[in-house]
Amino acid sequence: MKEFLEGSHAIAEVIKNVRPGVISAYPITPQTHIVEDLAQIVANGELESQFVNVESEHSAASVVLGASATGVRVYTATSSQGLFYMQEVVFNIAGMRLPVVMTCANRAISAPINIWNDQQDSLSLRDAGWIQIYAEDNQEAVDFHLLAYRLAEDKRVMLPVMVCMDGFILTHGMETTDMPEQEKVDKFLPVYKPLYKLDPADPMSMGLLADPDYYMEARFAIQETMRESLGILTEISKEFNNIFNRDYGDLLVEEYEVKGADKVIVAMGSVCGTIKEVIDEQRAKGKKVGLLRIITYRPFPYARVYEALKDVAKVAVLDKAVSLGAYAPIAVEMKAAFFGKKKGPKVISSFVAGLGGRDITLETIHEVFRRLSTKEVNSDFIDLKPELLKEEYGD
Amino acid sequence: METNSLFKSGHTACAGCGQAIAARLVVEAAGPNTIIANNTGCLEVFSTKYPETAWGVPWIHSLFENSAAVASGIEAALISLGKKDGINVIAQGGDGSTGDIGLQALSGMLERGHDILYVCYDNEAYMNTGVQRSGLTPFDTNTTTSPAGKLSSGNVRPKKAVPEICLAHGIPYVATASAGFVQDLTRKVKKALSIKGPKYIQIHVPCPLGWRHESNQMLSVAKAAVETGLYPLFEYESGILSGSRQIVPKPVEEYLKLQGRYKHLLSNPEEIKKIQEIADNNIKKYNLRVVP
Repeated sequence: MKEFLEGSHAIAEVIKNVRPGVISAYPITPQTHIVEDLAQIVANGELESQFVNVESEHSAASVVLGASATGVRVYTATSSQGLFYMQEVVFNIAGMRLPVVMTCANRAISAPINIWNDQQDSLSLRDAGWIQIYAEDNQEAVDFHLLAYRLAEDKRVMLPVMVCMDGFILTHGMETTDMPEQEKVDKFLPVYKPLYKLDPADPMSMGLLADPDYYMEARFAIQETMRESLGILTEISKEFNNIFNRDYGDLLVEEYEVKGADKVIVAMGSVCGTIKEVIDEQRAKGKKVGLLRIITYRPFPYARVYEALKDVAKVAVLDKAVSLGAYAPIAVEMKAAFFGKKKGPKVISSFVAGLGGRDITLETIHEVFRRLSTKEVNSDFIDLKPELLKEEYGD
Repeated sequence: METNSLFKSGHTACAGCGQAIAARLVVEAAGPNTIIANNTGCLEVFSTKYPETAWGVPWIHSLFENSAAVASGIEAALISLGKKDGINVIAQGGDGSTGDIGLQALSGMLERGHDILYVCYDNEAYMNTGVQRSGLTPFDTNTTTSPAGKLSSGNVRPKKAVPEICLAHGIPYVATASAGFVQDLTRKVKKALSIKGPKYIQIHVPCPLGWRHESNQMLSVAKAAVETGLYPLFEYESGILSGSRQIVPKPVEEYLKLQGRYKHLLSNPEEIKKIQEIADNNIKKYNLRVVP
């Protein structure tokens, strides 16, 4: 049913449909509305769930880890410093192959402290062993949570999934959203049946010490699963479309006017809405421009990206994060996707914009296209304020 | 040892490890309907080196400092599954993972009122990493990071009072126990598990390697700590001191001289006097002295 909802409220409503037995979270802006709404839903008796109010994100992640190991479906959400504070547990959850689902309401990282949106938080945890999916709008954010649970709990996967949605832009934005019906959710997402669980009827030990004779195989297994997940994502996306009639393709990337384009921007998340507007405007003027939207960042869909862009002349990668002293997080993957390949763009330039909530406007996107020339650039910052830089560094 | 023990032999603890004995007593007192969450530390390492495990009950290790939070999740999940009644949930760890790095998670678990027993195996330093001081290392103890030297007589601060920190959360049961007093330890674990809500037991567990005593002296060392008043055994029920083990106090030297970690003090009567004061304060505070 279509409803006009705030993004956070829509997420809380879909988590209600998912029926997690245990929810645990610690408040951090801009994740707060999601967990406040869930707390109210539980308090109203609309969802039978144990809502565990913890003293930190480290414990929020630990609570859902323990609950998931006991065999129940779980949910948590966080942002920014909260994600960093739980980082140790985040890696641990993946290593223990627990199908935890988390919302990351993307926000900048301190210092300087900043509560506004960019994607530095989740992208910094790219090596954690979590599948990461990035939503463009609230409809996707809602639907991706259903896909996330289905994927995490797939016996071929058994890995945690992080659904990333831009803080404030999506979490606090009002959109008309087609909310999934409970019966369809139940059809798509059957009751969770764990492979292993902590149960006195069948005692087992979890989280054992693996010495050099055993450690590598455990890590290798996750790497293999990540690779296999690329196909499973696509398979699950098809099933989702069959039930909900919303098509997310292979769930890896979205090609928007890429066919026949000579300049393509690669980006991720809500900024893609703005980019599409510029593409439409430019295409109407006969310019051959397009957008490749990365939906799944981990596992990274190298082959899919290669296929989509192998005949494009120039690519601009737009990151809302930096890897200080190196290529930005999406840019580095784009370079890797084409390294040593016969075909591929002549130019893959890397741009950084929208850090700490600085607006990415239509003009920002035009500027990206203007700077996308034959001269390749690396981590070129867009929309810097010269007057502030002058103050800092002198002339 | 029984072959069907809930904590089986064949693990890799040092000979005379007080923690290994205490951990077995705890799980056997709790029985098979128990789930344990264990912090990183000696106990975790020596009992669960893949592909073997010593545990006969469901057992999970996640990280160094989060067993209290993991156990909170286990308890919440059992409630969600409608299975909480009849299953004991125990969180456990060493003194460092309990009172230092894990104190916040422990506080959260206690404050939220989970029906969980937290057991701290207190060997008074970070033994797993090579005998570094923790917040629960006693005054004047020689460890690798609080070494005695020309300018130092060992650890400069008294032992952190974790049982009192737990008491301040208003929880229904707080007790100390010792690997040297087996029946007392077993009784306290059973009593704790009969009470609903958060419980805390701190067990004094000698470490022959870190305390530098012979392996076969573990029980004597543990007993001497209690008999000198340096490790008082007490119970608080609903915030009230409901019992303490009565002693005819021995001078603290009787305990200190058994261990290499206090060797540097034996020719230093000034420092021994300070330690005797700690014991005397305990004797007064917890009414330890046998009334004739």
